[in-house]
Amino acid sequence: MGSRIEILNEAGFRSDGRRQFELRDLTIDLSKHGEADGSALISHGLTQVLVSAHGPREAKMRSHTFHDRANINVEVVVASFSTGERRKRQRGDKRVLEFAATIKSTFEPVIRTNLYPRSQIDIYVQVLQQDGSTLQTCINAATLALMNAGIPMTDFVCAVTGGVHSTSPMLDLSTLEENDIPHVTVAVMPKTKKVVLVTMETRLHVDRFEEILNLARDAGAILHQEMKEAILARSATLVALAEPVTKNQNKGDDDVVMD
Amino acid sequence: MRPPSPSIPEKEFLNSALKQNLRIDGRIPLDMRTPVFIFGPELGWVDCSLGKTRVVAYVDAKMVKPTPERPFEGMITIHSELSPYGVQRINSPRPSEEEVTITRMLDKIIKRSDALDKESLCILAGQRVWHIRLSLHFLADAGNMVDCACLAGIVALRHFRRPEVEVIGDDEVIVHSPLERAPMPLAIHHSPFCFTFAFFADPETPPILDPTQLEQRLSAGLMSIALNAQKEICVLQKLGGVPQDTEEILRLVKVAVAQAKELSNTVDAKLTADWATRKVEVR
Repeated sequence: MGSRIEILNEAGFRSDGRRQFELRDLTIDLSKHGEADGSALISHGLTQVLVSAHGPREAKMRSHTFHDRANINVEVVVASFSTGERRKRQRGDKRVLEFAATIKSTFEPVIRTNLYPRSQIDIYVQVLQQDGSTLQTCINAATLALMNAGIPMTDFVCAVTGGVHSTSPMLDLSTLEENDIPHVTVAVMPKTKKVVLVTMETRLHVDRFEEILNLARDAGAILHQEMKEAILARSATLVALAEPVTKNQNKGDDDVVMD
Repeated sequence: MRPPSPSIPEKEFLNSALKQNLRIDGRIPLDMRTPVFIFGPELGWVDCSLGKTRVVAYVDAKMVKPTPERPFEGMITIHSELSPYGVQRINSPRPSEEEVTITRMLDKIIKRSDALDKESLCILAGQRVWHIRLSLHFLADAGNMVDCACLAGIVALRHFRRPEVEVIGDDEVIVHSPLERAPMPLAIHHSPFCFTFAFFADPETPPILDPTQLEQRLSAGLMSIALNAQKEICVLQKLGGVPQDTEEILRLVKVAVAQAKELSNTVDAKLTADWATRKVEVR
């Protein structure tokens, strides 16, 4: 099935007008959602994911607790309207279960679970729109949701997809690109530049793989900047709202003091 | 129900031995257990063991109507279920996390990487195609069932011969029995082999290849690489676990490349040897 849309044309532009190493538009919304302790709604271009984090709280099932650390539970729901064609997914769908297991094992070494023995941390992921790089978006959203919930972690986890079109590497792939070229998703911890997750399901030569792995790792550090700014902005907003108004009483006659 | 954790003396012994580059079964860290193949009397039946881990793979083919979306392609389905017979800790019919991992890995390695040419399975476009079924039975688990299952599956597919069919005119299909005409091998583009490495929490402990049960349970992360002898990586999965530098990952990829070449030669030799003992053609 050849595509008539060029993945990368001679001028260096991709099918959606981006350059080779350009990431899609990133929007982060950390406002409170439902009863979650922390939530994040994040979109990379048209791929949109909502993650709510709960915990640490009492475990629902005693048999699933560990005596020395918290249990991380991840549940993923892929909305039937998330793809171009409406497709309802079965509850026990192996692909979705694998997806959830991947997210869980990505965060297991990062969350400080040894601080909360016999507890449970729940991460509920809702995939709202899919336009490629779904795992990347889920991991980034989960990082922000966990931070928003105040769950201690050793570092951010920033994920990026990378692909290779003949010999040109590319970042942050859309559905069109993912269906056509071999690609890999890499999640990196920016402080140490160590890789937590690498997953690739398409065939790629070893030499090409080396290039794209290092490139994706460096791209993770760029995302880290954006995510950090979003967290700091949110924290600043919350701090400003929490400051009592009476603090400004002695500043001058212009100030209005509320009872 | 979670399986019981290893005892503290086992844990300490393993960790201190690994720090000195010694493994409990005498291997060096990046050594793989030698696979042993037993080919069944039927073509497409193979019993593969990696040490004490045993997996039986069985291939059979039947003719079916193709799906309307893909009238020119045959189908391949992989059936793998963990049963309490081989893996004692399974005691509920719901797929455990382990089973999901193994099934998904096999699906990616054998189906998604297009190891088997589906178009060559077409007999009559839109009406009759071959449906190849690969069944895997896990007889014993001594660690690293994924690698063993993948190896068994690929070898079984290469060992299998499907009956020869003759198409006369537009709609007549004659299936020749193996006694009339020699059966045909399946068209296999490439043979992917899977290698699993285990990482440990202590940074001084080196990563090991082909972990045993105990090593797998005490590990702090696993990485599976499936590649073929042409240096193409089909699947690479490092799902969480201890964070690693990219240099380390690339170093292990190179180790896997060397192992794949060796394993490919071993498999070719074993298949040729088995073929010589069978009388399939009379010339």
